[in-house]
Amino acid sequence: MIDLIKNLYNKINRPVNLMEVCGTHTVAIFKHGIRSLLPEGLRLLSGPGCPVCVTSIKDIDKAIALSMLDNAILCTFGDMMRVPGAKKSLSEARAEGADIRVVYSPLDCLKIAEENENKKVIFFSAGFETTTPSVAGTIFEAERRQINNFFIYSVNKLVPPALDVLLQSDDVRIDGFIMPGHVSTIIGSKPYDFIASKHSTPCVITGFGADDILSGITMLLKQIAEGRAAVEIQYKSVVTENGNQKAVEFINKYFEPCDSYWRGIGSLPQSGLKLRDEYKQRDAEVVFKIDVPDSSEPKGCQCGLVLRGVKIPSECPLFGKACTPEKPIGACMVSMEGSCAAYYKYNR
Amino acid sequence: MCLAVPSRIVEIDNLLAVVDVYGARKEISLLLMPEEALIGDYVLVHAGFAIQKVDEEAAQDALRLIREIADAMEQEEFKE
Repeated sequence: MIDLIKNLYNKINRPVNLMEVCGTHTVAIFKHGIRSLLPEGLRLLSGPGCPVCVTSIKDIDKAIALSMLDNAILCTFGDMMRVPGAKKSLSEARAEGADIRVVYSPLDCLKIAEENENKKVIFFSAGFETTTPSVAGTIFEAERRQINNFFIYSVNKLVPPALDVLLQSDDVRIDGFIMPGHVSTIIGSKPYDFIASKHSTPCVITGFGADDILSGITMLLKQIAEGRAAVEIQYKSVVTENGNQKAVEFINKYFEPCDSYWRGIGSLPQSGLKLRDEYKQRDAEVVFKIDVPDSSEPKGCQCGLVLRGVKIPSECPLFGKACTPEKPIGACMVSMEGSCAAYYKYNR
Repeated sequence: MCLAVPSRIVEIDNLLAVVDVYGARKEISLLLMPEEALIGDYVLVHAGFAIQKVDEEAAQDALRLIREIADAMEQEEFKE
C-alpha cells in the first residue's frame, strides 16, 4: 500500500496537505508511525477534532463559577478537569473545595441528582456529534423520571461547520480530509457533502487501524490524482451514508445550533449546540445567569494555529518548555487526543 | 473523546443492558440504538449509550486496536 501511496503522490507531483480531523486519529497516526512511512511533501496536519482542546477559557471559567454556586454539584468528563481556565482548572477548583465530580456517562448525573435532591446537579457538557446523543438521551431520561434538579451547561460543538470555516481561510491549503470515524457513525457521510461540492475538497471517513489509515490516505490521493472531490467511506463496518438517524433525532429534539467560540479559533457561526427553548428550565446558562469576564489566550500559546493546521506543535515557542503535559498552558497539551500532547509523547 | 468501544451484550432489561468490555461489566442504555439488539450482539458504546451494532469480527479487530490506543492514552500518569 505504501508503494501505491508513493505512486499516486508522484503522479500528483506537488506537495499535499491532508488533515486528520479527529484527535483519536492523531493518536493512532503516531501510534502506528504512519508519518514516517509517507513521502516527504505528503503532510498530515492535525485538525480541531478534540472537543476538550476547543473548549474556550471563558467556558471553563463559567463551569467553575457554576460549581461555586450554593448547593451545586458540577459533573463532567475526566478529560475536562485539567483544561486551564483564566485563573485555574476545574481540578484546582475542586482542590479548593468545589464539589466537582468526574462521570463516565451523563446518565451518572441522574443518579447523583436523585441522591442529592436538595442540590442542583449541573453537567458541563463538551463533545462532538458522537457524544451529544448521550446527553440528549440523558435529558430524555431526566424528563421521564421527573428529575428536576438536573441541568446542562452545553459547550457541545458540531464538526462540519468548523471544517467549512477552515476551508475558507487562506492560512493553510488542505487538499483532503481524513474524516472522523465515530462522529460519522452518528451523522453519516451526507453532512460532509458540501465540502466536496462547495470546496472541491476530497473527504474519506476512515477507521483507526494502520491499514485503515493508509487505505484512507490512498483513497484521498486517488481522488486528488484524478481531479475529483467526493465523500467516500473507508470505515464501512460502522459508518453509513445516513448514520444513526435515531441518535440524530434525539440531538435535534433537545438541541439547536448556535454560534460557538472555539478556543484559539474564534466564534464560528452555527457551530455549537444549545438547549431548545422548550427545555430552558434545564439550561444552566439560562437558569443561573452566571457571567465571567472575557479572557485572552495565554501569552505565546499557539493552540489556535495548531488547531487550524497552520503550525505543528513543535513550532510553538512554549512547546515542551513552559508547556508540558504535566503543566499544560494550552488546551492541546491537556488532552491525550490534543495534537501537542500526542507530539510530546511520540515525536520529540 | 469521540471513541466508541465495541462491547458484547450479556443482559437486556427493556432499554437497559449489561455489556462486557475487556472483561468488565457495565450498565448501558439502548435508547439510541437504531435497530433491535439481542444478547450476544456486539454494539459500539460511547458515554454509556450503545449507538450501533457491529459484527463480531469487526468488533474483535476494533477491540485490539482500541486497547492499544486507549493504553497509549492511559499510560499517561498525568491524566486526571
